[in-house]
Amino acid sequence: MSFVRRLVGDAPPRILLSLGVLLALLLAAPALVGKYWLSVLILMLYFAYVGQAWNILMGFAGQLSLGHALYAGLGGYIAAGLYFHYGIGPWAGLFAGVAVAAIAGSIVGYLGFRFSLAGVYFALLTIAFSEFTRVAFDHWQWAGGSGGLFLKVEAATDIVNLRGGSVLFYYLILALSVGAFLLCRALLESRLGRYWLAIREDAEAAQAVGVPVLRCKMIAIIISAALTALAGVWNAFYYNNLFPETAFSMGRSIEITLAPIIGGLGTLFGPIVGAVVLTGLGEAFTDLGEVLHIPGIKQIFYGLALLVIVMYRPAGVWPWLARKLGLEEGQS
Amino acid sequence: MSGARLDLDGVGKHFRGLRAVHDVSFTVPAGAIHALIGPNGAGKTTIFNMIAGVFAPDSGAVQLDGRTISGLRPDRICDAGVGRTFQLVKPFKGLSVLENVTVGALHRKAHLAEAREAATAILSGLGLHDRRHQLAESLTLPDRKRLEVARALATEPKLLLLDEVMAGLRPTEVDVMVAFLRELNQRTGLTILLIEHVMRAVMALAAEVVVVSYGEKIAQGTPQEISRHQAVLDVYLGEQEAS
Repeated sequence: MSFVRRLVGDAPPRILLSLGVLLALLLAAPALVGKYWLSVLILMLYFAYVGQAWNILMGFAGQLSLGHALYAGLGGYIAAGLYFHYGIGPWAGLFAGVAVAAIAGSIVGYLGFRFSLAGVYFALLTIAFSEFTRVAFDHWQWAGGSGGLFLKVEAATDIVNLRGGSVLFYYLILALSVGAFLLCRALLESRLGRYWLAIREDAEAAQAVGVPVLRCKMIAIIISAALTALAGVWNAFYYNNLFPETAFSMGRSIEITLAPIIGGLGTLFGPIVGAVVLTGLGEAFTDLGEVLHIPGIKQIFYGLALLVIVMYRPAGVWPWLARKLGLEEGQS
Repeated sequence: MSGARLDLDGVGKHFRGLRAVHDVSFTVPAGAIHALIGPNGAGKTTIFNMIAGVFAPDSGAVQLDGRTISGLRPDRICDAGVGRTFQLVKPFKGLSVLENVTVGALHRKAHLAEAREAATAILSGLGLHDRRHQLAESLTLPDRKRLEVARALATEPKLLLLDEVMAGLRPTEVDVMVAFLRELNQRTGLTILLIEHVMRAVMALAAEVVVVSYGEKIAQGTPQEISRHQAVLDVYLGEQEAS
């Protein structure tokens, strides 16, 4: 009970009620909406989830990673490879995938934080690791090399081996998103969370009031990498294929950062709001592109929309939305 | 909370050949208030940084109650009981005033709620209570200085290092801060070492003054002795340090 009370904390009843209604609607969604809208919801939840995971490192602890595809890719490849080669089910494989990603995160983190690489230099390190992992996987035959790794598509739903249609994967990503949200809320309200915010604001001052800066940053990158790896496992079994060129691509890494940046860095609702806005815009501009028959128009509009949001809401959409709704978000 | 004795024993520091501090020794007895003064660039903040663990001294040692703390990381030195403020204030800008101090209080408190309570009490003592829900970045400079002191005190130090916390305060505000520190010292026995240019505060607070110039200690004594000390007068000649 005390855990529940801690999670609920001082949240106003009307927020809890709205969140409850939202969750009920999301739970009922597969029965209410068609295939297309379900796939849109899946995309939204995926970006909300990976955004939440990335936000722990950047939004809370203030460390910019532009190489999070590394962790998603490792998680996905390890779990898919174990299933493909040895028939080891993903529920077991995900532990291996998450462990490998967490180790990769701790290596990147240790090199970066121990030697005080800050800001863009740390970001460059994360990109470098992601890039040379991509090159390595291009040549790793166990993982299928540059030709990719394919899982057999099966129509029958098999929860043990994560085989099935979009409804199964919808509920999985919904569970992950809700779990990540609750975890982040609990983290923010903990000593560790407060230490992260202090480090983000001023690491030297944080250390002077007793914050073990290196240890806190390491925990942040390990949690962030592990959560991201889970998304990678989900991704691999949902799409049934993996290529180094996409799994470890710069584009994949950037994609992960967008929802929290647009929604509001360091906030709990930012990644969720950002994911809704981004996916919504993406779908709308895809439709527009089809109507207008101009190739590439989607990307142009999408880019412009992001530009406008970042210009007019530099702190993200959520802090502004929260003020409009008469809420102030929890961190302060 | 009670005070700890601070010993500096032949402490020295070089920066790429530049001799910042050379063979400085002094003791601040438990529960005493001492001041560290000297012209700009004399090495005062370097001495503070060596005590607080920002860097280790190249030679000599720093001891707190007889235990060597030099060479430890800043967070370990905070564990040992040293609280410090920064000359160029370093508030956690994006956090509220209360959260700033709460982070400090978390160091000794088991739970967030307890830490908040302790932080609230400290903010009341420093007259920042009304501003506790403001973001730290919205504070004026004098309030930021107070916040530095509040955050350092929240870690429940045995030795408090204050780096020019009076600078920028009006004379009446200086008097308020002096009264606060003196009361704190008398009530808790907290040892205080302050770097200060505001002589009004030094005279009112410090039992003894250590004077450094070009990285070396040139004098130590009561404020009255120091104000008549020839070497000190030579160093300060032409400088108007009184505020």
